[in-house]
Amino acid sequence: MTLHENVIAYYTILIKEIRRFSRIWIQTILPAMVTTALYFIIFGNLIGKQIGDMEGFTYLDYIVPGLILMSIITNSYANVVSSFYSAKFQRNIEEMLISPTPNYVILLGFVSGGVARGMAVGLAVTIVAAFFSNIEFNHFFIVVSIAFLTAILFSLAGFINGVFAKSFDDISIVPTFILAPLTYLGGIFYSISVLPEFWQTASLANPILYMVSAFRYGVLGASDINVWVSYSIIIGFIIALFGFSLYLLEKGHGIRS
Amino acid sequence: MTVALSIKQLKKTYRNGVEALKGIDLDVDEGDFFALLGPNGAGKSTVIGIVASLVNKTSGKVLIHNTDTDKALSKAKSYIGLVPQEFNFNVFEPVEEIIWNQAGYYGIDRKIAKQRTERCLKQLGLWGKRRDAAGVLSGGMKRRLMIARALVHEPKLLILDEPTAGVDLEIRHSMWGFLRDINANGTTIILTTHYLEEAENLCRNIAIIDHGELVENTSMKALLQQLHFDTFVLDLGTTINKLPDTPGFATTLVDATTIEVEVAQRQKINKLFEILSENHIDVLSMRNKTNRLEQLFMRLVSSSRREEMQNENRVAHDAA
Repeated sequence: MTLHENVIAYYTILIKEIRRFSRIWIQTILPAMVTTALYFIIFGNLIGKQIGDMEGFTYLDYIVPGLILMSIITNSYANVVSSFYSAKFQRNIEEMLISPTPNYVILLGFVSGGVARGMAVGLAVTIVAAFFSNIEFNHFFIVVSIAFLTAILFSLAGFINGVFAKSFDDISIVPTFILAPLTYLGGIFYSISVLPEFWQTASLANPILYMVSAFRYGVLGASDINVWVSYSIIIGFIIALFGFSLYLLEKGHGIRS
Repeated sequence: MTVALSIKQLKKTYRNGVEALKGIDLDVDEGDFFALLGPNGAGKSTVIGIVASLVNKTSGKVLIHNTDTDKALSKAKSYIGLVPQEFNFNVFEPVEEIIWNQAGYYGIDRKIAKQRTERCLKQLGLWGKRRDAAGVLSGGMKRRLMIARALVHEPKLLILDEPTAGVDLEIRHSMWGFLRDINANGTTIILTTHYLEEAENLCRNIAIIDHGELVENTSMKALLQQLHFDTFVLDLGTTINKLPDTPGFATTLVDATTIEVEVAQRQKINKLFEILSENHIDVLSMRNKTNRLEQLFMRLVSSSRREEMQNENRVAHDAA
């Protein structure tokens, strides 16, 4: 296929993915807004007032970046894992597999769909956050780039989960037992400086901590971790996961007999 | 003549050890209407899956319009349109979006894709359903949707894996007409079906596969000539208790109003009617007892199975 034809194929998958999550916006966009509003009410206004300041910011302002990024992480992941597994389950993935669309275009299309949903939900949650806090972006480029890269990374992770999944249970196991604990322990609700030394060191093994810290730096201008370390780790993971995803597609793992 | 599909020594062994294909050689000429027949589990769908790159082959070569799938898979894929056995579309997507998207995967511009979608859906009588979710269509409509989807990129080789399964007679006949038309316009068609009447009506050449091996690969005409007898059923307007003497014809009285007669090829049947007339027996209608191809198919497949059983018995005997 020519470059132009590849662009058409990529655009087709992307639009299809956007149409898919837009069609069911009550299941895909709205829940993150409702959940985040509840977090703001409970942790920000009710409990947050008892907690006091964190790293020099009100508790509500402190948790806003983490909550936005958490919604991006969970939604970009959920979009790709559910879309790819459904396509496998209904076998409409074969529509792409029999076509001349190269595997990297298929991967880019699914990942871009996940990024689109992650960013759409992130924007919606930011709008909700604006009702509860005085959100300002100190480093706008860092905010957007970290959000974008994080969405890519978790879309790729969702894709890999979708490839390996053999049942609908398999697509909820990883988000429930791995992704959610890592996210909640990734410094969304606290600074790692409040942890005992052992747990501070242990927290550094959690990749989500680097994303949350960098995103928080973009929003508040303060962070636990050097932002360039965060960029390096996120980009490193993206390269590794992209390579692995492409390998799985080339081998036809879980999609070709 | 250009070869639309060339398969050489194609083998497939699945991970569970099942040897689905044992070295198939097959050529399908451009413009042909080709039947690939075989009982369930014979290996037809594996052949189709490998050609469409949905199944990884163990060894062998597949060339589509002289393009080796090992060397230029993307180009080879662009020649094929596939109508699979099972429904494989997103049941929540509207009909027209399924077709547009398929065109997009082949790099076809959206404007052209929309024109072709309209043409394909109109040809297959689905234009009125274009905005409906695919899941709400009837079984026949779903089959036609898959045909429309397979045709939107105007493939040179159309592969249909049991396209009329579960479709009522009227729709089946209209689909036959449609397939004949697209074949007449130059598209090579490979058809698998369990309706042997369908293969006999539509196809010019035929291959029969059983237990992963080709047991026959010839023209439909040559295959049918192998059948030396036709069995006809005569429905009578007269009730009879005993058959009259019919020299030269092997006749059987099925019931008081039905006779079966075996007629050799090129044997004139006029004499039989004369005898029946002389005995004041009226014939209301006459039909083939079974489809001719069905008789041959059963004979070929059962002889291949018999040979296999004999081999197994021999091996078991030797081992003992």
